[in-house]
Amino acid sequence: MPHADPKGVLTGVHFMDGDHAACEGAIAAGARFAAGYPITPSTEIVERFAARIPTVGGVFIQMEDELAASIAIAGAVWAGAKAFTVTSGPGFSLMMEHIGFAAMTETPCVFINVQRGGPSTGLPTLPAQADMMQARWGSHGDYEIIALCPNSPQECFDLAIRAFNLAEEFRVPVMFMMDEVVGHMTEKVVIPPAEQIQIYPRRHTRLPPGEYKPFEPGPDLVPDMVHAGEGYRFHVTGLTHDERGYPSMTVAAQDRLVKRLKAKITRAADRLACYETDGVEGADVVVVCYGITSRVALRAVHLARERGVKVGWLRLITVWPFPTKQLRALARQIKAFVVPELNLGQMVLEVERAAAGQAETISVPHAGGGVHDPEQILDAIMEVVR
Amino acid sequence: MNGGVGDPAELGPRPEAEIPPEACECAPENPVEQFLRTDRMPHIWCPGCGIGTTVNSFARALLEAKVDLDRVAVVSGIGCTGRVAGYVRLDSFHTTHGRAIPFATGLKLANPNLLVVVYSGDGDLFAIGGNHIIHAARRNLDIKVICVNNFVYGMTGGQVAPTTPVGATTTTTPYGCFEPAFNLPALMDAAGAVYVARWTSYHVRQLTRAMVDIFRKKGFCFIEVITPCPTLYQRKNRMGEGLDAMKYYKEKSKVRHGAPTSEVALTLDGDIIVGKFVDRERPEYMELMRSQLAAQLGDRYVEVEHLVCS
Amino acid sequence: MPKGYVAINVERCKGCGFCVEFCPTHVLAMSSAFNSKGYHPPHVVNPDKCTGCDLCGMYCPDFAIYGWKAPESKNGAKRDAAR
Repeated sequence: MPHADPKGVLTGVHFMDGDHAACEGAIAAGARFAAGYPITPSTEIVERFAARIPTVGGVFIQMEDELAASIAIAGAVWAGAKAFTVTSGPGFSLMMEHIGFAAMTETPCVFINVQRGGPSTGLPTLPAQADMMQARWGSHGDYEIIALCPNSPQECFDLAIRAFNLAEEFRVPVMFMMDEVVGHMTEKVVIPPAEQIQIYPRRHTRLPPGEYKPFEPGPDLVPDMVHAGEGYRFHVTGLTHDERGYPSMTVAAQDRLVKRLKAKITRAADRLACYETDGVEGADVVVVCYGITSRVALRAVHLARERGVKVGWLRLITVWPFPTKQLRALARQIKAFVVPELNLGQMVLEVERAAAGQAETISVPHAGGGVHDPEQILDAIMEVVR
Repeated sequence: MNGGVGDPAELGPRPEAEIPPEACECAPENPVEQFLRTDRMPHIWCPGCGIGTTVNSFARALLEAKVDLDRVAVVSGIGCTGRVAGYVRLDSFHTTHGRAIPFATGLKLANPNLLVVVYSGDGDLFAIGGNHIIHAARRNLDIKVICVNNFVYGMTGGQVAPTTPVGATTTTTPYGCFEPAFNLPALMDAAGAVYVARWTSYHVRQLTRAMVDIFRKKGFCFIEVITPCPTLYQRKNRMGEGLDAMKYYKEKSKVRHGAPTSEVALTLDGDIIVGKFVDRERPEYMELMRSQLAAQLGDRYVEVEHLVCS
Repeated sequence: MPKGYVAINVERCKGCGFCVEFCPTHVLAMSSAFNSKGYHPPHVVNPDKCTGCDLCGMYCPDFAIYGWKAPESKNGAKRDAAR
């Protein structure tokens, strides 16, 4: 893979919050266009982008609402740019339309959601992780996305780059699922030299106009792209379409397209699976967690180990597609999963599905607005092993 | 709405135009042909619908303005007119309902070399997309908007639109529409469009000239085209066929170039004021952005024409 | 010699009658014949009056008819001229 354009990379050691780090990750990844609409607690990302991008060579526009922001990025992508938008829960709800559009039209782009408490306006300044299912299922119809979940400012930088790379590789909208605490937490962030940052290039066709079919997939089920203005005279539609990109209102066309949109991600699920573990080998209980909750959970795991419990820690980094196979294998070796999250039980449903009765699955819910007390998670662990 | 289901490619070979035998030597191709995805003909528009007629003017205007066709991008929303994007043999995007303008915004800002034409209907642009169009006009974004106004939601079966005249019957105003309608030229004028015109599908030559005008003019340009909807709007209102609407446009249209846009509102059966109402100069969005950033950032400003990634 | 010609793509026609109504020299009339979809296409009744103005082509919402001017000399438009 080629490396990042040094012009956009602030190589060095920084002290910055997760929002700013995510913005730097996006720029390092090659994003030169962002459209946004202000919403707490995500606004710092677009504020930084608006300040930085004119000195790098790109455009930021604050649109009139999130509907507009979320499709302006698709326009920019089809003109050739790498592009993203940024929001939080209420805006994420409005963007669902264009997550579906991006999935259907295979528009590579990144949606950053710095999660706050909901539903509705909820808790604008306080954290939650309650949009995890919305990220996967929020738009109508059958489709697949990829979702990543950072737990530190450093990871906001690192994973933002991965988010763009995966968007390009799979031609899919990637959900970057931060939360208010990770977004506003300030820590050391090391930005490596540009030549150490690998960038997945746009999958541009090598075929000339006439031979090229816009939605004819390659062996990995992903078609190559072209951009407006290159002479291909191509058509893109949110309607069900054939390989030429033409609308086709038939059962066969729907079957072929929608199954491919799903399969291009699910077939790569093993490769996409990404998680961090600590002490999972030989554990009786494994705490499955992600985002800010993973840091609280680690404290609970240490407390449990001090009490002699064999407890492991598994932090999801790729949340969607869910690493079902990997967790199912683990379920056979343990007694129980404990799943703390800042919602009333979302990813725990996936853990339970993956466990398939092989291990007990315990939810440790939190309605949001703060983080768990480690004691809450500890209590759940101790309850399981009693 | 005609034949809306099924893949045109499955309907068998498409017949050729019948050329008089004595004229075979000199017969050119239909000038609109090169602009069409002929493998998608026949289109889904009803007999007597005026959308196809506006496409003729669009094709001829592109020829007359000598636009590099590889540089043109057509963006449509959803609805009958939203299907234009799918029929023109140009880079074309059939987006989501009401969002053609913000899609076009991203397209234009990432590649300002493109001639971005938004081709959509009154409901798409002014009901669900109303917020976007006023903001694009306010910004004076360099996009060209062709709004086909048939006073009704056609694709969904003839429901009331923000343009439906008071007194008209639609499927969702079965006892007559009592909501006041938008006066589209006045709205676009107030929002800041630099070019505002209205024609009907009867005025094919004037419409072509107006399109040539906007392809050559910088900034946010808007043309409203009044067109027949015989299947839904006219049938519900006992207004006859598409041809009857065309005759009505011929009879009732009054050309008033430069008319104050406050005076051009439409009624159920009154005169149709047509013409070029607004043609003015205002700095365009990209110019404003670049001059502001250059003034503030000096040498630090990196101006990139086309945001194309590798 | 007519000054112009029209070509009609009968199968694309949906019988709206725009071309017949607005032909300035009344070259066309609706045919009593049907096309395969059951519409009555136009046909040429006064070929000598055609000026090749292409107003029929401008009006036709189905891209089913167009006109062109007869060449004045051997340098006139060839079939591929508009391609």
